[in-house]
Amino acid sequence: MSMHAFITGAYDTQIGELPQSSCMGLHTQAAFGAIGDAGLEPGDIDGVLCAYSFTEPHLMLGSVFCEYAGIHPKFCSAIQAGGASACIMIMQAAALVASGQCQHVLVVTGDNRLTGMSRDGAVAALSEVGHPQFERPFGISVPASYALVAQRYMHEFGVTSEHLAAIAVEHRRHAGRHPKAHKRDPITIDDVLQSREICSPLHLLDCCLISDGGAALVISSRTAAATSQRRGIEILGAGQGHTHEHIIAAPSLTDFGCKTSSAQAFAAAGVKPADIDVAQIYDSFTITLLVELESIGFFERGQAGPAALGGQLGLNGSLPCNTHGGLLSYGHSGAAGGMFHAVEAVHQLRGQAQQRQVDNARLAFVHGDGGILSAHCSLVFGAV
Amino acid sequence: MEKPAFRPTADNRPFWDGCQQEKIRYQLCQHCGTVQLIPRSVCTRCHSRDLAWQDACGLGVVLSHTTVYRAPTPAFKSETPYVIALIDMQEGFRLMVNMRDGADINLTIGDTVRIRFEARPEGLLPIAEKEPA
Repeated sequence: MSMHAFITGAYDTQIGELPQSSCMGLHTQAAFGAIGDAGLEPGDIDGVLCAYSFTEPHLMLGSVFCEYAGIHPKFCSAIQAGGASACIMIMQAAALVASGQCQHVLVVTGDNRLTGMSRDGAVAALSEVGHPQFERPFGISVPASYALVAQRYMHEFGVTSEHLAAIAVEHRRHAGRHPKAHKRDPITIDDVLQSREICSPLHLLDCCLISDGGAALVISSRTAAATSQRRGIEILGAGQGHTHEHIIAAPSLTDFGCKTSSAQAFAAAGVKPADIDVAQIYDSFTITLLVELESIGFFERGQAGPAALGGQLGLNGSLPCNTHGGLLSYGHSGAAGGMFHAVEAVHQLRGQAQQRQVDNARLAFVHGDGGILSAHCSLVFGAV
Repeated sequence: MEKPAFRPTADNRPFWDGCQQEKIRYQLCQHCGTVQLIPRSVCTRCHSRDLAWQDACGLGVVLSHTTVYRAPTPAFKSETPYVIALIDMQEGFRLMVNMRDGADINLTIGDTVRIRFEARPEGLLPIAEKEPA
């Protein structure tokens, strides 16, 4: 089944510590990069979707961006679903072009949360997603919430700290092959285990980075894509899964909505996990990726950790995963964090991933997770 | 900077009023009998609005726990390391709490705990104590 939607443009900005950047500046750089990559002019864009910002928060970020960049689309909105935002924006853009409401939809994200607000500021702002009455008075944070998942998952399925560390190590190895990655120096399992404890069982190197950066895609209709100069990337399948927002209200600490979202995306695309050549999966913490890999069906329960230790997530492994280095090592800039995964999938399918290229990558899986494994969106992209 | 106050809403005021009397309350759907994981105004199973408050026995089991070394805000920094635990209460609802004795406590998933109360500027707040085995 086709979703009648194609990715014609993709771009990500420099990432890391960018003291001269602003949130809207990063949006604009990403947007114009993606528009140019598609061979389009800003005036060709008739739909715009933005997400959210910590450093320049606004009720109408889509309108703020369009005003700033001088774009006047027929459709403009903002989508807020935490780490699932990027994938949900892409799914929504696909629906807009498939329904004929738009020809070219720009999905754009970016934030300068490292230099624009400091690490402490970002950690404090993120802790506000905790439930105001039943979580926040007890000192909850996003890392603490994921640590509660990690503790339970380790207890039930025999996952060890070495398994989690192996994921961080592989991500750093991937990032070492990406010239733009925020952290490129190799690390070892011991480095991860010796790094500062954040919330047991998670160490500092089990946690994603906080970075400045931006990323954007252009999603085009079938007719509009046919005239594009780029090798087309088709959105073959998409799906979502929503079970809770706050970890206290999660129906399970080991089963999450990624199971539903990925099943829906695979069914729509008519493929199965074993068909996927390269995966870009949300990795806010090492445990996030481990849980998702097993729930989505890439590995059996309890097997993702040993697989990571055995190099299966590496460039020559059975499932090259987060080949740019992911949120753990490439960088994390709010909603752009998830968009980096999508941009990397496009680069892989176009054969533009240089040193990190997966041989003959034809099918990519992209996944975003918002909240505490709360909101999930899965996508399957295919090289046309 | 203060710790975030619990500031009750209409949905959960009876829970917090209960805490002030050192009682833990939960909601039971009068239509389908589902215990609500946390307070609300609609049953998550059958969507009935008819939820009744009940008193709980105060005992529960540790579903998961973490020791926090990196506090989210300056208000919690002086408390580190502290423990956050998710407790599945005997009646079927859930609480997030800190543990009395903090990181010194030897806590394991499956341990039985009893809910006690801790004074904060805005009133009493649940805190858990490990039950002797």
